[in-house]
Amino acid sequence: MNRLLKSRELWLAMAILAVLVLVTLRFPRFATPGNLLTIFNDTSILMMLALGQMAVILTRSIDLSVASNLALTGMLVALTNAAFPMIPVPLLIAGCVLVGATLGAFNGILVWKLNIPPIVVTLGTLTIFRGLAFVASGGTWVNAAQMSPDFIQLQRGVFLGLPVLSWFAIVVAVLVYILMTRTPWGRAFYAIGVNPTAAVYTGINVGRTKFLAFVLSGALAGLAGYLYVSKYVIASTESAGGYELTVIAACVIGGVSIAGGIGTVGGALLGALFLGLVNNALPVIGVSPFWQMAISGVAILLAVVLNATSERSKGRIILKKAEVAA
Amino acid sequence: MSDITATGRRLPDRLDNPVKSAVMSWESLLVLVALAIFLANSFASPYFLNAWSLSDLTFNFTEKGLIALAMALVIITGEIDLSVASIIALASTLMGLALQYGADTPTLVAVGVGVGVLCGAFNGFLVTGLKLPSIVVTIGTMSLFRGIAYIILGDQSFKGYPPSFSWFGQGYVWWVISFELVLFLVAAVVFYVLLHHTNFGRRVFAIGNNATAAQFSGVRVDRIKFVLFCLTGLMSGIAAVLLTARLGSTRPSIAEGFELDVVTMVVLGGVSILGGAGSIIGVVIAAFIIGLVTFGLGLLNVPGIVMTIFTGSLLIVVIALPILWKMWKERRA
Repeated sequence: MNRLLKSRELWLAMAILAVLVLVTLRFPRFATPGNLLTIFNDTSILMMLALGQMAVILTRSIDLSVASNLALTGMLVALTNAAFPMIPVPLLIAGCVLVGATLGAFNGILVWKLNIPPIVVTLGTLTIFRGLAFVASGGTWVNAAQMSPDFIQLQRGVFLGLPVLSWFAIVVAVLVYILMTRTPWGRAFYAIGVNPTAAVYTGINVGRTKFLAFVLSGALAGLAGYLYVSKYVIASTESAGGYELTVIAACVIGGVSIAGGIGTVGGALLGALFLGLVNNALPVIGVSPFWQMAISGVAILLAVVLNATSERSKGRIILKKAEVAA
Repeated sequence: MSDITATGRRLPDRLDNPVKSAVMSWESLLVLVALAIFLANSFASPYFLNAWSLSDLTFNFTEKGLIALAMALVIITGEIDLSVASIIALASTLMGLALQYGADTPTLVAVGVGVGVLCGAFNGFLVTGLKLPSIVVTIGTMSLFRGIAYIILGDQSFKGYPPSFSWFGQGYVWWVISFELVLFLVAAVVFYVLLHHTNFGRRVFAIGNNATAAQFSGVRVDRIKFVLFCLTGLMSGIAAVLLTARLGSTRPSIAEGFELDVVTMVVLGGVSILGGAGSIIGVVIAAFIIGLVTFGLGLLNVPGIVMTIFTGSLLIVVIALPILWKMWKERRA
């Protein structure tokens, strides 16, 4: 199975390379290291959100509230910064992670303790969180003039040749990779996705594991809230509107199975990078940005067809005899 | 029967509410909620209790309600269709395009409805023909359908629909009774009979409770699911005609976010999101509730985005309350 997953990521990496080569053939300046780093930096927020979403999807759940969580925490941190510019930015970032995790915990508690299906819970909180962002701001925007210089500049600082925003994504990716592959929690995410009943018998608390996945997704959405607001230097109720579907799309393209239990950190990152690359390449090759939506739609459909064929080939061998017998 | 369904599920975290008695009390609970909101509205605004106000109210939910009727069946079989709003966008855009080529009203309606059915068939083919999970398929087609609308329209819009076409969205059949409301009520009756009084409806429930068992007892699972996706496409096409006629123009962003409202209506109406249980009456009452809430808050000058807090909370609270009550009862026993 491991080999199968690896080949999937290889395929995706090759698709990304193919897009790169095709664009570069016509526009040699596209593939310069500087531009590639820009694409990576622009995709950082999507990558972090995709990693949180992956943890949730692995447990057979879904988190539709990430973009609203981002908008709410982003709005709260921007308002706090505008009102109290003396609060140091690292403290604000910690606050964002905390607020985001709390919102995620709210989703998780409803899924864990009340057994409400995740899609219903997060459909509700999707509208509630964004509505609260409006209430908190009174419908106004927080713009660059109201933000402190530190607040705007922190993620733009360059460290070892990379912007701090990119470092955020790299550190998060490494941490989530360790969590997924080297800890009991990571194994529990996969275990309850592959077979919840078996997971219960091995002593895994399914509800609590889902709760943890939602907290992780919420915490990353909270962190993304600060990064998004300071990157685009504006906090509005509409921040990242509809972005939850892009995040899920990145996961699906990255080979994360919506049925749970299948998905890797590398896959989710590549899925996000693929979307980031396509979005960045379209204007360069002179395609109207209005094509973007249809192209990502086609990419999702192709990815899900590929996912399904690779997932199916796993179970077939066992079932063949039964099928013949039936 | 509930024992069989509880162990036959793929997901262990299902609601245990679809017991028959619970369904009965669910609808009465919804009626109570609707009455409470109606009364609250009457006290809150002096403009509420007026035939024309109440007539305007119905425009808030008829288009979404029409789709919710078909969506209820899809969700009962354990699938979901998130692309409905994008089908509206594509159908409306192609109607606008047909208008540019001088199409008359019947042609416009045919284009809208036809595009809806084709989009639904495409979803249905991907889900049943290629055996893909419907939630991902329809997230994909959601981008694809609206994406095509954006490719055609960009930042432009289509205007100038003929008055005979506008009647579908703005016309009244009798006094304050709008064509949209009549169509919704007729469709509700048709779907009620289809789901609760035909073999087809019984098969829909059978698939939702245990698709494998249904397959082995001779139900053509894939064919029924395909038909249901086409039906949802059809209703989305009809909704596209009504909405385009009511607004009088088409932009690619038309009906954005409708899919979530439609799913909210269906779930609020007591349809289990995990499939196998639900009723059309519940969905119709839920549609009225959503209409009452949004219209009532609108009369009080509450901004649209704040209303979404109410609908979102309503969704969670109405589902959480019976569960909490059950837990509380079990603790006492």
